[in-house]
Amino acid sequence: MAASVRTFVRSLSRKNVCFSAVLRRSDCRCFSGAAEDRSTHFGFETVSATEKASKVYKVFENVAQKYDVMNDAMSLGIHRLWKDALLHVMHPQPGARLLDVAGGTGDIAFRFLEYVRSQQERQQRRAVSLQQTPSWRDVSDRYPDVGGAPESSVVVCDINKEMLKVGRQRADSRGVTTGLSWVVGDAEELPFNDDQFDLYTIAFGIRNVTHIDQALKEALRVLKPGGRFLCLEFSKVTNPVLERLYDVYSFQVIPVLGEVIAGDWKSYQYLVESIRKFPDQEEFKGLMEDSGFFCVQYFNLTGGVVALHSGFKL
Amino acid sequence: MVISHRKSISFRTRPQRTVGLNRSSWTPEEGFEINTLEKIPHVFYRQWLRTSSEEAIHACALFVYKLAMWLRYCPRFLLRRRHIELTSSAPFVHQLHTSRADRSHSYYDGLYHGHIHSTPFQKALLAVGSGVAALQDPYRHDMVAVLGETTGHLALINLRDRMRNDPEGYTILTERPRIRLSTLDLKNMASLPDGTFGREYLRFLEDNNVTPDSRAQVKFVDDEELAYVMLRYREVHDLLHTLLGMPTNMLGEVVVKWFEAAQTGLPMCALGAVLGPLRLNASRLQSLFTSLGPWALRNGRGARCVLNIFYERRWDQKLEDLRQELHIEPPPVTLHSSRTT
Repeated sequence: MAASVRTFVRSLSRKNVCFSAVLRRSDCRCFSGAAEDRSTHFGFETVSATEKASKVYKVFENVAQKYDVMNDAMSLGIHRLWKDALLHVMHPQPGARLLDVAGGTGDIAFRFLEYVRSQQERQQRRAVSLQQTPSWRDVSDRYPDVGGAPESSVVVCDINKEMLKVGRQRADSRGVTTGLSWVVGDAEELPFNDDQFDLYTIAFGIRNVTHIDQALKEALRVLKPGGRFLCLEFSKVTNPVLERLYDVYSFQVIPVLGEVIAGDWKSYQYLVESIRKFPDQEEFKGLMEDSGFFCVQYFNLTGGVVALHSGFKL
Repeated sequence: MVISHRKSISFRTRPQRTVGLNRSSWTPEEGFEINTLEKIPHVFYRQWLRTSSEEAIHACALFVYKLAMWLRYCPRFLLRRRHIELTSSAPFVHQLHTSRADRSHSYYDGLYHGHIHSTPFQKALLAVGSGVAALQDPYRHDMVAVLGETTGHLALINLRDRMRNDPEGYTILTERPRIRLSTLDLKNMASLPDGTFGREYLRFLEDNNVTPDSRAQVKFVDDEELAYVMLRYREVHDLLHTLLGMPTNMLGEVVVKWFEAAQTGLPMCALGAVLGPLRLNASRLQSLFTSLGPWALRNGRGARCVLNIFYERRWDQKLEDLRQELHIEPPPVTLHSSRTT
C-alpha cells in the first residue's frame, strides 16, 4: 500500500509521463482492495487473482527439476539462441549491475557473466595493444588490470524457491562463485531500493505474473535513470501458416513431452495456454509505455514466436 | 449376459452405498462415480422379465425414486460424456450423452479424478514416448502405466466384458472397491494364520518393501468404467505376486508379466514380457525359459480371470484353496526376494 502511494506521488511529480494513464492504474491500487478479488486467467481457466499466484507457484515447483531439459526438448534447443539474442541486444559493459527477475535456473545470469567477462578481456587486450612499444616492465605492470574496474554483478530474483535451488546447483557445478546472488522475491513487490540496477531482465517470466502493470512499475522503480528494461516472452506469430503449425505443435506435442519427460501433463498444458493469453507485441509495448518507459521497441525472434521488448528509464 | 440369481443384482443389496466418504469403495470424492442409474435400466429390464407383476411394480417405484434422486443431481450427471451399451428395446433407456465442450461445470476436469483429455494423435505420441522412456529406465513406473493406458483399449474392453459376465466380477464393477493402505486392516491381516491369503500378502508387502499405495493414477482412458478396470488390474498386480509366489525382483516381475500377458492380452504386458528378459542374466534366463515361463503361460491361459475375485473378502481363505479355485498351479521353483536382477 505504501509502495503504491509512493509510486503514485512520484509519478504525479514526473512531467513527462502520461498523467491519465498513471491515474487510471494507480487508482485501482490506492483506493480499494478490489484488485485482489478480480478474476484473471490461469491458462484458459478463470481463477481469482489470489489463486493464480499460488497455482503458478505449484506449477513451477513441480517442473523445477526438469525445467532445463524440458526447455531444450520443447524448443528443440532454440531457446538458447533466444537468450543469446537477448544478451547481444543488451550488450552489457563491465561494471553493469543486472537484476534478472523470474530467472530461477540462472540461464540469463550465467550468460551475462560470461559476456561481461569476455568484454572485459577484450577491453584489456585493446588497452594493451594501444600501448606504443612498451617496455617489458610496463607490460607486466599493467596487465592484467582488474583492480580499478568496478565488478559487474547479477542478482537473480525469483518467487519460487525450487527454481532458485536448481539455479544454485547449476552455479556450483559450473564453478561460478563471485558476482552472483540469489534472492527470493515477487516481481510485483521487489525487495530492493530505488535506483539500484543498470539492467533489468525478465525472460519468459512476465506472463506468469498476476498484475503485469505492477511488475513494470516495480521495474521502473528499481532501475537507475538511464537503465534498460528487457523482456523476453512468447508472443504472437506474424506468419499465419507458421501460426497454425505452432498451435498444433503447442497443443498436441508439448503436453505429451511434459508427460513423458517430466511426468506432468497439466503444467505444460498451463504453459501453452498462458502463452495464448499473454498480450501481443503492440499491446505489451503499450503497457510498457503506459508504465513510464521510453524508447520502447521490440524485436520478433523466430517469426514472432518470441518477442524481445526493450525500454529505458529516463 | 447371465445373472445367476436375483440377489446378485446390485441395486437391491448394496450395503456400502452410504452418503459421505466411504473409503473402501469408490465414491465421487475418490474419483470414480458409481453410475447406479446407468446400470438400473439395464439391470431392471432383464430383472423385469423374471418377476411377477407385484415385484415389477415395486421395482418401478424404486426406479422412480432413483430417477428423482438423479434429477436432483442432474447437472452433475448430464455434463459428462457417457456411453451405455444397452439392448435397444429396453423401455427405460436414457441416452446420457453430453457435449465434450461443456466440461466447465463438472467437479473434475474430465470423466473421473485425474482424467486428462487427449486426442488420438496425442495418445499415439504418448504410447511411443512412454515406450521409449520405459525401455530406457524400467523404474519409471508412471511411463509403464501410461503405455498400458494408451495401448490397452481393446484389451480393457475384453476384460470388462469378462468381468461383467462373471457374478463376482460384476459385483466388483458395481461396488468398485479399492486396495489401499487406508482400506486394509493390517492388524487383522497380521493376526491371520500362516498360509492364508491375507497373511501371505502382508508377508509379501513386508519382504519386498512395497506398499499398495504406489500405483500410478489412471489418466488417459476415456471411459470411466474402463479406467476402473485398469486401476483394478494395477491394484491386483501385487496380489498376483502373492498368488504366483513371485518376488518383486526382475525375474519375478517378468514371470508375472508373462502370466498377465497370457491372461489379459494387454499390449503393455506383452511388450514387458518380450523385452523384460533382455535384462536378465543367463542363469535366470534359463530358469525363465525352462520352468517358470511355460508355467506362467500355461496358467495364464487356463486360469480364471484374476480380476473376477473379490480379494477384499477373501483374506482369511487359504492360499492353496484360492489357487485351486483360480486353477493356478503352485510355482515350480521357489524364488526368494532380493533386490538384484
